[in-house]
Amino acid sequence: MHWGNVHAIAAAHVTGQVVPARAQMATTLGFHIILACLGIALPTIVLIAEFIGLRRGDETAMTLARRWSQAMGVLVAVGAVTGTVLSFEMGLLWPGLMRQYGAVLGLPFGIEGLFFFLEAIFTAIYLYGWRRLPGWAHFWTGMPIAISGILGAMSVIAVNAWMNQPGGFTSHDGRIVSVNPWQVFFNHAAYYEMPHMILAAYMVSGFTVAGVYAAGILRGRRDRYHYTGFAIGFVTAAVLTPFQIVVGDTAARAIASDQPVKFASMEYVAKTGTNLPEWLGGVYANGHIYGGLRIPDFDSLLVGFSPGTKVTGWDSVPAADRPPVPWLIHLCFDAMVGLAFLLLLAGLWALWTWWRTRRLPSHRLFWLLGAVSGLAAIVAMECGWVVTEVGRQPWVVYHLQTTTQAATTNGGVITSLSLVIILYAVLGTATILILRTLARRWRSGDQAGPGVPYGPPGQPAGQVKT
Amino acid sequence: MIADAVGAILLAAITLYAILGGADFGGGLWDLLAGGAARGRPARDLIEESITPVWEANHVWLVFALVIFWTAFPDAFAAVMTAAALPLWLAVLGIVLRGAGFAFRKEVTSLGLQRLFGATFALSSLLTPFFMGAVIGGIAASRISTRPTHSTLAVWTSPTSILIGLLFVSACGYLAAVYLTGEAARRGEERLRVYFTRRAQAAGAVTGALSLATLAELHGSDPGLSHHLTGRALPLVIVAALTGLVVLVLLALDRLRGPRTLAALGVAAVIWGWGVAQYPALLPGTALTLTNAGAPDATQAAIVVVFAAAVVLVGPSFGLLFALHGRQVLTGGQTSQTGPDAPG
Ligand code: HDD
Ligand code: HEM
Ligand code: HEM
Repeated sequence: MHWGNVHAIAAAHVTGQVVPARAQMATTLGFHIILACLGIALPTIVLIAEFIGLRRGDETAMTLARRWSQAMGVLVAVGAVTGTVLSFEMGLLWPGLMRQYGAVLGLPFGIEGLFFFLEAIFTAIYLYGWRRLPGWAHFWTGMPIAISGILGAMSVIAVNAWMNQPGGFTSHDGRIVSVNPWQVFFNHAAYYEMPHMILAAYMVSGFTVAGVYAAGILRGRRDRYHYTGFAIGFVTAAVLTPFQIVVGDTAARAIASDQPVKFASMEYVAKTGTNLPEWLGGVYANGHIYGGLRIPDFDSLLVGFSPGTKVTGWDSVPAADRPPVPWLIHLCFDAMVGLAFLLLLAGLWALWTWWRTRRLPSHRLFWLLGAVSGLAAIVAMECGWVVTEVGRQPWVVYHLQTTTQAATTNGGVITSLSLVIILYAVLGTATILILRTLARRWRSGDQAGPGVPYGPPGQPAGQVKT
Repeated sequence: MIADAVGAILLAAITLYAILGGADFGGGLWDLLAGGAARGRPARDLIEESITPVWEANHVWLVFALVIFWTAFPDAFAAVMTAAALPLWLAVLGIVLRGAGFAFRKEVTSLGLQRLFGATFALSSLLTPFFMGAVIGGIAASRISTRPTHSTLAVWTSPTSILIGLLFVSACGYLAAVYLTGEAARRGEERLRVYFTRRAQAAGAVTGALSLATLAELHGSDPGLSHHLTGRALPLVIVAALTGLVVLVLLALDRLRGPRTLAALGVAAVIWGWGVAQYPALLPGTALTLTNAGAPDATQAAIVVVFAAAVVLVGPSFGLLFALHGRQVLTGGQTSQTGPDAPG
């Protein structure tokens, strides 16, 4: 194929690049974000296990911490390469965005770079220091990872929040002439997006860890090792779930006032009005809502605590300024909220049983719920991002720049999109297979390298052969 | 003024990526050339152990450089990202395959899979330096316009680009071999020390020859840049040449102390020579210079602050990492199968 020809053809349909570019951005971000969640929160979960191991001399917890570290080594590498892809994509796919606003949204990315350094450096020390660093010293080398994970996430999210609620700069003749870094970083969407994402990262990581061990327990591996692994992940995530719901509710109300058209798509508000119903589910097409449960007045009630609250509909802007697929946004929003309450329920069930019996529930349904909780959290998180990103369309920077203006004028995005899909499918599959190989090796007693001096000698406690 | 400082910061980040990350790519080159599974094992093990704990941290310099580039000089960034899209995509492909191949290789146990991931790692280690070099060649050779709308082959297929691409690959190999020589000596691995000394010498000679060829080529194709390289950048060019020669001599004498630092210094001198020769232009051949490529002063000041914070926070952390790695505290550990005491 002659590359030049592709360009010549593409030049005639410049806008033709926008759709594949968006699809590529969505694919690579949707993939990276899972690893990012694990990068943000898994270190804390490993540290909790190591803390229990060191403090109580608990060898099972120590084994878990060491094994999770090994998995972390793989995950961090995949997170780093997929993140680098994103950095290049900001320029390769969205040169218009970077040309116009690079000087503004670049700043939080720069701060993020700082935390990437700390995260990468201390991750290396922590992961590869297990054998030679003494117990508590090793534990403390993990703390900077956990902290820089949170601060790094705040920085990237600052960029995304800024795209939703841009501010902190002035421009003249289309050029940025002054910037207030503080207002860029702590913009009007930052206060809810930052905590919402960080909590999401902890929920995804905690429930994913719990899910792995719940699945083992369902398969009959009912030993202390599996229960400990489950409990550390599950408790961390379940405790945070109610807070996540409160933050999400705050976010929704902020969006109703700051990004009303996004909100209208989330809630199927076609026309501005009062006493608006809440739709649970339902597919919007051709001006009708098919299926779904209608709760009268409830949308107005949620937004302003009274049925008389006026909510802005998407009729407030011309059709070209509305997000393209309201049903997708609405269903993703419902899925996120629904899964949040499902996960809350799992936590409450465990709490109730613990309060009554000082044990975890023994009902099989609970463990089934536990086994899918990781997947549920990941789906909720991805759905949340679809709401945020698709709901912002047609804008890339809200009310300032459209996605079409931001996109590259180069041809060949279809080619890169196809390659990315294949590459990421292989990468994802390989990552999962490698993690499974690791687990199998652990179960068969192969420690892959000598044990740590203060770890359990030889065969770790609670190990089960399958 | 402040734009000059930011330009220097960008160049510093690129330099650090080249001398730290570059060596990790060079490790891939030697892995590729190490021969069959049994014969290449000792060399591959040494490469594996010296890269494992540090490559991700070294890699962040690339991300950092990229972010400084787009924040401080958005117009130039958008132009490069549009005009040189294809080679950049290929460099990105190299990054993904290299990182994933490397991380996966050590976690799989069957020889077939180890070979598959190992080959992925080794081959892709050539891709990234070559294409990055080709893009820099395109910038230096004035192939990028202020507002390109398309990527073209002409941007990165000029003789300058190809030469600089090859130069990058060989420079990575040179750095890696010099570092690995020291690493082998420190572990008392005499045979590996000799092995990598030879390779460092060979790579040094190739790198020197490619540098001369590039200079000669620029003399014909780009008199402007060439004039500055032999003018105000001459001291740096001389430093680069001298360090190269001294490293070759020290290697021949089996001296272990000097070569690493000098090799890194030589590569740094080449990069700064390029920077000084092209100053103040960002994209030679266009009107874009350090001062007018898009960002207001407040942004540039913020970058200086971020960089200062990086020096204060990240500098000592890197020091700790390299010190621990140097004392072999970070070997074997939790994830490596090929630790010195591990069976196999
Ligand atoms: C574990 C994941 C998770 C869970 C359980 C929830 N969310 Fe969420 N939500 C996210 C994960 C997430 C997210 C992926 O992290 C998003 C995308 C952008 C962001 O900041 O957070 C998000 C975005 C997001 C937005 C859009 C923000 C924007 O466009 O700027 C709203 C309105 C909500 N959420 C509301 C809720 C409500 C009302 C929830 C529960 C009742 C809820 N979320 C649970
Ligand atoms: C710091 C974080 C993020 C930044 C800076 C960012 C930036 C962008 C940009 C520049 C685009 C293309 C322009 C546009 O379509 O508006 C985009 C689109 C998109 N992003 Fe994000 N994004 C972030 C996080 C995420 C995450 C974590 C996801 C997870 C799935 C995601 C999902 C999407 C989707 C689905 C689109 C396509 C939307 C559409 O075109 O309909 N984003 N993002
Ligand atoms: C367009 C948006 C994004 C870009 C350009 C981006 C860029 C990057 C880069 C370059 C890395 C690798 C750093 C290294 O070499 O170690 C990385 C890793 C990481 N990113 Fe992203 N990222 C984006 C979105 C996000 C989002 C939305 C989050 C979460 C809130 C996030 C959190 C992380 C974390 C925690 C890591 C560490 C890797 C790990 O431990 O797995 N990133 N990202």
